Amino acid sequence: MSIEAPTITTQPDPAVPAGQEAVIRIQGLVVQYRGRGLGQSPTVAVKGLDLDIFAGEAFGFLGPNGAGKTSTMQVLLGFQPPTRGAAYIYGVDVRQPIARQRIGYLPETTSYYKFLTAEELLRFYGRIFQIRPAELESRIDAVLKLVDLDAARKRLIKTYSKGMQQRIGLAQALINNPDLLILDEPTSGLDPPGRMKVREIIQRLKTEGRTVLFSSHELGEVETVCDRIAIIHRGELKVVGSVAGLVKEYQMDLERIFLKIIGYPPPAQP
Amino acid sequence: MNAIFCLAGIVIKELYRRKDFYVLFVITAVITLMMSTVSFFHQAGIVRYLKDICLLLIWISSLVIAIVTTARQIPAECESRTILPLLAKPVSRWQVVAGKFTGCWLACGLALAVFYLFFGAVCAAKEGHLALPQYFQAFWLQWAMLAVVISMALLGSVVFSAPSANATICFTVVAAILIVGAYLQKLAALQPPLAAWLLTLLYFTIPHLEWFYAVRERLIFDQDLIGWGDCALATAYAAAYVALILCAAWLVFRRKPLTA
Repeated sequence: MSIEAPTITTQPDPAVPAGQEAVIRIQGLVVQYRGRGLGQSPTVAVKGLDLDIFAGEAFGFLGPNGAGKTSTMQVLLGFQPPTRGAAYIYGVDVRQPIARQRIGYLPETTSYYKFLTAEELLRFYGRIFQIRPAELESRIDAVLKLVDLDAARKRLIKTYSKGMQQRIGLAQALINNPDLLILDEPTSGLDPPGRMKVREIIQRLKTEGRTVLFSSHELGEVETVCDRIAIIHRGELKVVGSVAGLVKEYQMDLERIFLKIIGYPPPAQP
Repeated sequence: MNAIFCLAGIVIKELYRRKDFYVLFVITAVITLMMSTVSFFHQAGIVRYLKDICLLLIWISSLVIAIVTTARQIPAECESRTILPLLAKPVSRWQVVAGKFTGCWLACGLALAVFYLFFGAVCAAKEGHLALPQYFQAFWLQWAMLAVVISMALLGSVVFSAPSANATICFTVVAAILIVGAYLQKLAALQPPLAAWLLTLLYFTIPHLEWFYAVRERLIFDQDLIGWGDCALATAYAAAYVALILCAAWLVFRRKPLTA
């Protein structure tokens, strides 16, 4: 099946080298949920979002709770069909399962099959990607070493601590050697060494030239790791640009920029 | 096909790492062994009753394994959110439905084979012979019937979010079909026109699981084999229902939100 790729253009952003390929292209995305109760009006989670994310960049997708970050990510991962608009990954419509062949995804909170060991879980996901057996075994060894779970590879996942579960999540996201990583709150609930480890892995992936899209409420972490960020609020894209450029433009740190853009604190009532 | 068999492998692994199957097998085995060692009134034909009860236990156990295993598959994936990393891979929702079905059906087939091996061994010890083709036919047709039950439970699992509600409804529907399925047309003849029409429609719509149940009596009474052509027709009948019900399950699941 041939899928026509959308025309790629570059954004006039100094953080984006000219001629860069858009890995993720979101065009006029609208996500609307039906009202749950009788007569309840539909909720519009994302209102006409346009966004390009380019190869090799670490992109932070920020917004307060309920801003539409998760809805956007759900569309990118094919969990939720767009109400209007479209999204493409490497030029392939995200509604096609093949669009996810080069993606690694780490959900914010999840558990993995507790009746499997770490290596059985990774073997299962690797087989879904149709990785050849010999290559798969070496990938399993590599990712388990990367996330420091090599010693626990034969233990059932139900015996893992929360930090270990988050690390096995990262390992499964890396099993197919992805070109694009989508990480939803990757350091949520981790202790400081765990956070540091995840941050090191993201930095390493970035230096290897992979594209990383992640959402986080840890703005210090975003400032350290990301090349560019987008802030979304009430379903609308408020700002997109390089971290350094925004800090220079607003003359304040990222946390203050974020609070200013989302209108916090709200203006005092007369 | 690769993703379907990967998913099926996970379902089989889960069943054999849980205790459900072992508990049911031990209960069936203990009851059968106890009954086979007791001599009831010194009657030679008592082995027929033993076979009857043992086969009933196998039918009940296999239905419990099929429905309970299938009913929890997709709801458990959604509740624990294991469905998210799974669907973030190049896997479509119809592959998830087909993989879950294949896994449950193969797992139930393995469990059923163990039950039949045990049953055959006990009966051979009591009767001194083993009618292997009859046992194979009974096993095959029961497995084909379980395919229909599994597809029904899978459809229920994407409609009802609670596995317990789905399992209860599935057991009720299967029991109703087995008990009254054959009498619906006779019942329709006694009803006023509208009710008669509805009952006739129901008769021609439901999968007639009771046709498969009848094969059990052939084992108990040592009757001749069913023609292999009829056996193939019955298999095709089950396959047609499985295809229809799985299509319905996919249609529901393809638009279903993955998390609450």
